[in-house]
Amino acid sequence: MLMLEKRSNPSRGWTYASPIVAVILTMILGGIVFAILGKPPLETIRTIFFDPLFSEFAWFYRPQLLIKGAPLVLIAIGLSFGFRAGVWNIGAEGQYIMGALGAAAVGLAFYPTDSWIVFPLMIIAGTLSGILWAMIPAVLRVKFKTNEILVSLMLVYVAERFAASMALGAMRNPDGMGFPGSRNLSQYPSAANLEIFAGSGMHWGVVAAFIAVIFAYVTLSRHILGFQVRLAGQSPRAAAFAGVNPARLILICLGISGGLAGMAGMFEVAGPLGQVNVGFNVGYGFTAIIVAFLGRLHPVGILLAGGLMALTYIGGEIAQSNLGLPSAAIQLLQGMLLFILLMVDVLANYRIRFAAGEK
Amino acid sequence: MKRRNLLASGVAAAALATMGLPALAQNKTKVGFVYVGPVGDGGWTYEHDQARQAVEAEFGDAVETVFVESVPEGPDAERVMTQMALDGADLIFTTSFGYMDPTINVAAKFPDVKFEHATGYKQADNVSVYSARFYEGRAVQGYIAGSMTKSNIIGYIGSFPIPEVIRGINAAYIQAKKVNPDVEFKIVWAYTWFDPAKEAEAATVLIEQGADVILQHTDSTAPQAAAQAAGNVITFGQASDMAEFAPMPRVSSIIDNWAPYYIARTKAVMDGTWTSTSTWDGIGAGMVGIGEISDAVPAEVKAGAEAMRDAIAAGEMHPFTGPLNKQDGSAWLADGETADDGTLAGLNFYVEGIVGDIPQ
Repeated sequence: MLMLEKRSNPSRGWTYASPIVAVILTMILGGIVFAILGKPPLETIRTIFFDPLFSEFAWFYRPQLLIKGAPLVLIAIGLSFGFRAGVWNIGAEGQYIMGALGAAAVGLAFYPTDSWIVFPLMIIAGTLSGILWAMIPAVLRVKFKTNEILVSLMLVYVAERFAASMALGAMRNPDGMGFPGSRNLSQYPSAANLEIFAGSGMHWGVVAAFIAVIFAYVTLSRHILGFQVRLAGQSPRAAAFAGVNPARLILICLGISGGLAGMAGMFEVAGPLGQVNVGFNVGYGFTAIIVAFLGRLHPVGILLAGGLMALTYIGGEIAQSNLGLPSAAIQLLQGMLLFILLMVDVLANYRIRFAAGEK
Repeated sequence: MKRRNLLASGVAAAALATMGLPALAQNKTKVGFVYVGPVGDGGWTYEHDQARQAVEAEFGDAVETVFVESVPEGPDAERVMTQMALDGADLIFTTSFGYMDPTINVAAKFPDVKFEHATGYKQADNVSVYSARFYEGRAVQGYIAGSMTKSNIIGYIGSFPIPEVIRGINAAYIQAKKVNPDVEFKIVWAYTWFDPAKEAEAATVLIEQGADVILQHTDSTAPQAAAQAAGNVITFGQASDMAEFAPMPRVSSIIDNWAPYYIARTKAVMDGTWTSTSTWDGIGAGMVGIGEISDAVPAEVKAGAEAMRDAIAAGEMHPFTGPLNKQDGSAWLADGETADDGTLAGLNFYVEGIVGDIPQ
């Protein structure tokens, strides 16, 4: 019989090494899967993990990494606060949608006014919308002890329906020939979240993601809030003795994650995506959960993990087009990454013992 | 270091935007396909992929086709198209309405690459649009449905309330009403093109409300399976034949047949005769196929449906022929008048007799 025995002294090095080991193991196992699918394993792995960075057309893919990675990092940074404190916001996707809708509402209301104020107002509206949507599970948890995992997740579906109704109704483009979808905000200069340098991929959302990383790093390591967040997660009893107000912490954690998810939605709807449409959300809020854990809930780790996830998306598309790899194989690879990371973590913290069948 | 890379790539992109991509020396014509669903969806994307394979079969070694499936509509689609163009594609088919703006954006950066966008309305010098008159097939379905229903309740699973789907509902209703004045349509909006779970749920709800015919504008076979489980409910294959459910519940189908168009357009690129066009073909041109009408349909209904199919194909019958009123009772088409393509393309109202509102 297999038994897991907690290591008395898990090595500190493993905390940093396990994501790297997990990535390498994923490459090896992924290669085996690709070989079974009849694709050349080495070439496929190279296409997914290296071509976006070093191939002939890397000048196109590198900026795309920023575009794809920025919302993931922005949302994951927000989630990491809650996850550290034991507040489980699974509904970042919904907060992302509401942020995009709030920002689009402001942008469309001003259309076609030409003013510098529109863009900042949209950022504020997007962030506030995300915070408000996250306050629903937060307040319900604080007041009625509801489970924020369920409430935040269910609210994703409410937000999706709301987005569909907006795309078909209030926000529908009057010049859109009767098709659903709003005006394209990226074609409205005052609202557009364009690249700061053409072709660099560096739009304001990317800047915000980098600022969020720094902000989170400083807060978690230097600020009293960071201390409280870490303490609440590690030892709720100790946190209570240290005077941490759990209700306040829940509100703050959900507020931060909702706000950043909303902001990510704003930058997306004003820039790369451009418009509100039915089903415009593509799962950034859910993928960000993987990014947060892959990055060890550490700001710098999240930055790297966001880049890695973006890499597998972009490389995965190249592999589909060039090698005929099915898209499900890419999703499999991304799932394997988290699964293997968790496995490596278990092995780092526990020792496997083969025990005789004791009763 | 990072900054320098970014600037360098910015310069490269600017160069690309102004000069276009230098034509790569190659002898094969490369054709790319961007799909919104998985190739195994059994419906919309499946048929586009069948047509891709037909292009390969037709030209053999002279062409190379590539595809990327399940591409979300938005920045991801734009990236996939750009990547195909960079990798030397000569012709790219973007097979979903939501790819419209991405197609136009990418086409502007690659003036030498030809683009074909399905079901949209924005054209450019190197962007053609194409779609099929699925409503012609819907008319035939409506005729069979109206003739065969016993409960006089026909269930309709809509995907999104867009003109294409609304055209289909109207076309089916007009013919159903003609053969059966007591017929009633119950419409459920699934807000998806492909989601077996939601589609099965919608079909079940409609059957519980008494529908014994289910029409679907969604692409999975889940409604067929739900109808089969319920018994005595008939369905129609959507996008592809769905023949595995024949002869019951599937009594006929609308088949999207993109192969002739894709072959012709690929040929045009090879010959250098490609120009930007707007194509809207129906049964006559073979873009819309009516799947075999099964023996579950009474012989005289089958004969009538086939006669209607042939009349539409020959141009002798138009599914939208007056007298027709709008839902609110106001006049739309006078006796003998047919709807023009412009109105049909943006159709956003029900005809008289359909109950319910188009979701806003």
